[in-house]
Amino acid sequence: MGEQIVFLILGAIIAGCSILAVTTQKIIRAATFLLFVLLATAGIYLLLDYHFLAMVQIAVYAGGIMVLFIFAILLTNQPGVNVKFEKPWRMFLAALAALSGLVICGHIIFYNVTKIFKYAEIDYISMQTIGTAMMGTDQHQYLLPFEAISLLLLACIIGGIMIARKR
Amino acid sequence: MIKYIEAPYYLDLLDNFLKTNLPEWAALAIEYVLIGLVLLTAYAVIALALIYVERKVTGFFQARLGPNRVGPFGIIQSVADMIKILLKEIIRIDNVDKFLFYLAPFFMIVSSFLTFGALPFGRGLHVVDFDNGIFYLIAVSSLSIIGVLLAGWASNNKYSMIGAMRSGAQFISYELSAAMALMTIVVLTGTMKLSTIVDQQEYVYHWNIFRGHIPAVIAFVIYLIAGHAETNRGPFDLPEAESELTAGYHTEYSGLQFGFYYLAEYLNMFIIAGIATTVFLGGWQPIQVEGWDGFNTAMNFIPSFVWFFGKTGFLVMLSLWVRWTFPRLRIDQLLNLEWKYLLPINMVNLILMVIIVIYGLYIH
Repeated sequence: MGEQIVFLILGAIIAGCSILAVTTQKIIRAATFLLFVLLATAGIYLLLDYHFLAMVQIAVYAGGIMVLFIFAILLTNQPGVNVKFEKPWRMFLAALAALSGLVICGHIIFYNVTKIFKYAEIDYISMQTIGTAMMGTDQHQYLLPFEAISLLLLACIIGGIMIARKR
Repeated sequence: MIKYIEAPYYLDLLDNFLKTNLPEWAALAIEYVLIGLVLLTAYAVIALALIYVERKVTGFFQARLGPNRVGPFGIIQSVADMIKILLKEIIRIDNVDKFLFYLAPFFMIVSSFLTFGALPFGRGLHVVDFDNGIFYLIAVSSLSIIGVLLAGWASNNKYSMIGAMRSGAQFISYELSAAMALMTIVVLTGTMKLSTIVDQQEYVYHWNIFRGHIPAVIAFVIYLIAGHAETNRGPFDLPEAESELTAGYHTEYSGLQFGFYYLAEYLNMFIIAGIATTVFLGGWQPIQVEGWDGFNTAMNFIPSFVWFFGKTGFLVMLSLWVRWTFPRLRIDQLLNLEWKYLLPINMVNLILMVIIVIYGLYIH
């Protein structure tokens, strides 16, 4: 019952702020509403007892990516000016595309996921399990992808320095 | 005897009393509300105490008396200031982004309150104990920078904007060092759960700063420097450098909104000291030496929260000492210190700690 209420509140925040994020005319407000969506998603992970993912969601999206977004927006030309709405027929087309996407996804989820629907057995995953899963080499452990991603990030950092450095 | 001076005994009494007289859900609801109220009150009271201590200590550092008019030794000064700030008018400012302007202080206060709520204050005085507690502290405290950036932008003021940008750069840089210093200790303890970290540090030589000797001491110093910089205080107060930027990102705020920033700044100082206490200095564990049974029993009679606040107070004192001793850095010196010195030292230190843990060179 309590979980249901919290879920409904979080769901309402996610839905409301998503709509506000795309309808607001100020770009920095859109970023703020997006931040609320991300934080409420972290709340849903907490509700599912998946603490690690909730923390990652807050640290990476809210603490990292949103700060980058806001910095980037502040550095753009005239961030405070209202963005104009699109022409009506383009808005209509966009709404149609979004609606069809929603219908297709909803259909797939409803008809396929409900067939094999059951609650996950493990309700709580400890930090140690996650750590060894990411850094181990046994079955169901992911050292190679982990290192591959870290290599990609290193390449990005070096690329950023190359572009930004002064001659 | 000892159980009567510790909190869990009384909390259990209250819990049993509520559960025998009320249905389970009502008892839980009352307990949640009580915990929230106690935390909020503690937050405000600690801030008041810190503001008084800061002003008094600052006075002594600068060879003057500090507040001495309201009450004996001026101890009611910060209460009077609180009443004043509660009654002050919040000035409406034209041409600001109203929504973001009024939203920004809440980011600061919520972020610091979420961090505050997860600290272990004493034996059994621990509200949320996540399995990845340290990660939680790092994640939640990073939210406050959004409040600073939004405040700077929404104020529609060049000084605020520059202050917010500086603060953003500073916070993002030093957060890295603070998190890596904590990570060094996580390598040593093998867990991120705050209660387990505190339980491990039973005797003095088990305190992480002594157990991990060289790398732990380096991590401790780096954490204190980085934490100090994160709170925008002391020699690192560039975002609000009064002589250049008036008050930085909170120039346009007045009344209770300014109060939020003020409160969050002081509490962040306390939180940094509290995390350092928990992770490096044994948290609420009293000073215990193996074999000295009489001494240990005597030390156990001091309640655990007194130990926590004592150690934290010591670190807060260090922070004040630094603040009033060193001159303000320039922004390039500030960023150099982080990226060219602290971060490389930190990375080498992390590897050193890994080697020490692998070969079992720490104190068992």
